[in-house]
Amino acid sequence: MEQLLQQIINGISLGSIYALIALGYTMVYGIIKLINFAHSDVYMLGAYIGYFCMTKLNLGFLPSLVIAMILCTIVGVTIEKVAYKPLRNSTRIAVLITAIGVSLFIEYVTMAIAGANVRSYPPMTGLMAESFNIGSINITMQQLITLGITILLMVLLQFIVKKTRIGKAMRAVSLDQDAAMLMGINVNSTISFTFALGSALAGAAGIMVGVYYNSINPLMGMLPGLKAFVAAVFGGIGIIPGAMIGGYFIGIIEVLVSGYGNSMYRDGVVFAILILVLIIKPTGLLGKNIREKV
Amino acid sequence: MKRIISIFLVLVLTLTLFAGCGSKANENEIRIGINYELSGDVASYGQASVEGIELAIEEVNKAGGINGKLIKPIKYDNKSDHSTATTLATKLMTQDKVVAVLGPATSGAFKATIPEAIKNKVPVASGSATDDSVTVDENGVKEYAFRICFTDSFQGTAMANYALKNMSATKAAVLMDSSSDYGKGLAKNFTDTFEAGGGKVVASEAFVAGDTDFNAILTKIKGNDFDVIFISGYYNEAGLIIKQARAQGINTPILGPDGFGAPELVELAGADALNDVYFSSHFSVLDKDPSVSGFIESFKAKYGKEPDQFAALGYDLAMFVIDGIKRAGSTDPVAIKDALAATKDFVGVTGSFSMDENHNPVKAVVVVGIENGVHATSERVEQ
Repeated sequence: MEQLLQQIINGISLGSIYALIALGYTMVYGIIKLINFAHSDVYMLGAYIGYFCMTKLNLGFLPSLVIAMILCTIVGVTIEKVAYKPLRNSTRIAVLITAIGVSLFIEYVTMAIAGANVRSYPPMTGLMAESFNIGSINITMQQLITLGITILLMVLLQFIVKKTRIGKAMRAVSLDQDAAMLMGINVNSTISFTFALGSALAGAAGIMVGVYYNSINPLMGMLPGLKAFVAAVFGGIGIIPGAMIGGYFIGIIEVLVSGYGNSMYRDGVVFAILILVLIIKPTGLLGKNIREKV
Repeated sequence: MKRIISIFLVLVLTLTLFAGCGSKANENEIRIGINYELSGDVASYGQASVEGIELAIEEVNKAGGINGKLIKPIKYDNKSDHSTATTLATKLMTQDKVVAVLGPATSGAFKATIPEAIKNKVPVASGSATDDSVTVDENGVKEYAFRICFTDSFQGTAMANYALKNMSATKAAVLMDSSSDYGKGLAKNFTDTFEAGGGKVVASEAFVAGDTDFNAILTKIKGNDFDVIFISGYYNEAGLIIKQARAQGINTPILGPDGFGAPELVELAGADALNDVYFSSHFSVLDKDPSVSGFIESFKAKYGKEPDQFAALGYDLAMFVIDGIKRAGSTDPVAIKDALAATKDFVGVTGSFSMDENHNPVKAVVVVGIENGVHATSERVEQ
């Protein structure tokens, strides 16, 4: 029982990261029906920016987090303006291929600049290095902080999407771009804003992974990116609460497979879930069947 | 016009071809080829090895050479590239007429030069090619290939014996990198030896290179009772496993192979977590053996820094081949090959050894202990 609880705690901290990345996938998909493969590389850049802030500028965790989020926002919006906006009226496959191209571009430029080596974050001190036990269950402050920041960011995101003007615009554009434009909504700036939000969350996930696991490399985004994508599909792609639930679900499943089954099947199980979801309920857990009107 | 230019080019090329054959063998010197990674991906291995080799040759020449003949090293850079390594080995054997070739440092590049050695009947020897199949494969031993380092999987055996005898451990947990032959071979040999010696492996888990989250498997093994953990993998994953294990409150000793011997291990695990960690190594500057301290002093005097394990292996490699040439009593590569294969009780700074029938040395392992992130202890464990 205690082992199960401990495993679930492990799973929740892993799931927080997937959920943060999945949110970016799902928002972008919701608004322009594009699977933004470059998203996982924005997450990687977040980790590298955090590394740079902490080792070269000697900043603390929170200022580094804020800087990483801001810079990732700029990167995300730049990607959208340079790579996707000129293709707004092209076929979806053209944009998808471009997304893969951008992803490879970011990975290998980072490799050329920062080197292919694994880098490690500086050791955490003070509060960040603490851990405590409840019974025989061990919880580290880093796990709590990761979870706390994730929940805070998700609440903030829900508030922006549901309660603000720009959030209303986002929802309108995702429902029907042309109609939104006719209503006087600036579609381009709304799409940019969506990319900005998603990239900021990915940047936050990147730096938290760096601090939590202490190891970053230019290709670190690939596998978490794919799993976050599975999480987004599981929850229903395009639906924000779905991405959160999907992220936590995938994180916990992964840990339980390693913990009670065989750790070698961990990734296999995650992708088997993707296949099952696509066969049984392609719209995902929270997805609704929308009938095409003729 | 085109014709004239092409004739001219052909002439130039032919001339350079002849120019390459200009070096003639001198009767009063013995030529040894050095084929190492002086630039490229694994340049640090090659450079350190060559520093050790050059120190050894300098010492032997100062003492009068081999039977009055001085050793002339002929050094080439294979740029960490397998095909360049093969080309250079051929060049050393056929044009420079060396009696033996030292290097390359990595298993892959060294293996690539072995067919040339067999074809030209010139022995090749490496100080650091640890892959199990380097000197022997399903067709038997490779006659002209030698190495002076223990094999990857042998370390599993050595560490199991260390756990049983020196730590009196009876129960072990094994974490294996299942994505490399290195990790799989090590884990298998550790498990076999540990269980044959009366111990029990109570938990055995696998991971793949590139993983960063080990909390799940660590929580899983935590439920078992064990005395030591053996991690068969490289420093990238091992560093993170150690960090996460210590954070979870798993404080048993952790054992590992020579893949732990990189400074990055300390960065990844953090100095606070790196306590009670032991790994097998070829060489340690902490070794109190008198032959080792003499080597460290002369190395420092020549290069102004402490030797690492590649430099020590390079030094031993050169001494090993020189010893073979002395015993062969001639500069015939085939006679030297036979002398190398018959090496008995060679005394080196990385341990004394004899060659076994598979051209692998039978030698001691140095077990280095880490406390607070610093290499604190070292112990030789005989086989």
